[in-house]
Amino acid sequence: MAKIHIPTPLRQYAGKQPVVDVSGKTVGEALSDLVARHSELRRHLYTEDGKLRSFVNVYLNDEDVRYMEKEATPITENDNISIVPSIAGGRSPIIMRSHSRMSPSGACCCC
Amino acid sequence: MAIATETSPASLTNDEILRYSRHLIMPEVGMEGQQKLKAAKVLCIGTGGLGSPLALYLAAAGVGTLGLVDFDVVDYTNLQRQIIHSTADVGRKKLDSAAEKLSAINPFVEIKKFDTRLSSENALEIFADFDIIADGTDNFPTRYLVNDACVLTGKPNVYGSIFRFEGQASVFATEEGPCYRCLYPEPPPPGLVPSCAEGGVLGILPGLVGVMQATEVVKLILGIGDPLIGRLLLIDALGMKFRELKLRKNPECPACGAHPTITKLIDYNEFCGIRGEEEKPLTAGIPEIQVEELKRRLDAGDDLFVLDVREPHEYQICNIGGHLIPLNDLPKRVSELDSSREIVAHCKMGGRSAKAVAFLQQAGFKKIHNLSGGILAWADRIDRTMPKY
Repeated sequence: MAKIHIPTPLRQYAGKQPVVDVSGKTVGEALSDLVARHSELRRHLYTEDGKLRSFVNVYLNDEDVRYMEKEATPITENDNISIVPSIAGGRSPIIMRSHSRMSPSGACCCC
Repeated sequence: MAIATETSPASLTNDEILRYSRHLIMPEVGMEGQQKLKAAKVLCIGTGGLGSPLALYLAAAGVGTLGLVDFDVVDYTNLQRQIIHSTADVGRKKLDSAAEKLSAINPFVEIKKFDTRLSSENALEIFADFDIIADGTDNFPTRYLVNDACVLTGKPNVYGSIFRFEGQASVFATEEGPCYRCLYPEPPPPGLVPSCAEGGVLGILPGLVGVMQATEVVKLILGIGDPLIGRLLLIDALGMKFRELKLRKNPECPACGAHPTITKLIDYNEFCGIRGEEEKPLTAGIPEIQVEELKRRLDAGDDLFVLDVREPHEYQICNIGGHLIPLNDLPKRVSELDSSREIVAHCKMGGRSAKAVAFLQQAGFKKIHNLSGGILAWADRIDRTMPKY
């Protein structure tokens, strides 16, 4: 089975695992398998209309899938898929809109 | 590839030659390399976690001019990782604290201080006098600002970023290489990626990544080695593993592509969906209770249920005996709460508990209040012996 490397900010939604084994013949299928196994990951990786979020990059081994066939890129058993979100560390931003549901990270912006 | 500097290589005094002897005896550096370092002008944005080791090593290496941009003041919680600042500096401007330490390490370095928040109004002007920009900032709007300003001024952006136990490093905005926007065309919505203050950070991590940035700066100046152009280095400090991903220049990049649409700096806070720091998160409609009132009612023996929505490791630091249900677990553990009782929810500062109250209100709880200011307010005003974190 191919492996998906889960970045630290998202591990809490993947049962705290850094790597998840997934099945699928393409990158898209592998990601679908991932969110099927860990449903809380879905809203972090996908928008409401099912598109991969733009600040989340997906790599097959060391290549950005945007420059391959994106989610249609075929994969083999030994492949490593990496999810690479942007990180900035440091200061917490003050949000523009109030969230009526809880922030997905579970942590508030002022604490 | 060496970064061309506008002035001719500066000559070295006998003292400098002795100081840098360990550089000079290496053919990869030599007199010529050290002179390039002396002639180089590097701007360090931020003198915090990443900026500390970055600036310290660049000063030690003999970079001739170091610009420092920081408007912040040294805080006690910075000392766990911002090693350019010491305990005696708490309360001082970071700029002054940093400049002092850098001059002490190497008086031959000219330090230029910029006591300002980097903004669209000043970035281009500040960048103009420098050859290389090292980005040690801590928020997304500034990342995009620095990137765009680097692309517009044609200066390389030596990038490093960290989160908890992981880091990233690369060199953006060179002519042939990608820029930050090639990798991340859009920022994440606020609240989706936790900050250091929320998530914590292993103190040594910015040390590791900051020195990587310093290494890349030196390589660019000297024109040696393989810089991280077109390469994203992923650092996993816990596993001590380093992985590398290929970064490509996006031909359609709005900043550095063939037909750029970004021709001037924009409002980056707006771009990232963030309002200015003066605004507080909206808490309209959330009933609040002050710590004094809570104390009074608990002492009077009122039947109050105190709900603590922090994480277990925070509870261990300090608590007021509340029933712990971390915010994330609240939806599935709401059955532990009795809606007929009066509930006071608290967290560290009042933000998470406000969300808990909003959630519980929607779930039909009517007798619920948010403890304004959280347990920090309790430690400030009710129990001075309680540790703060």
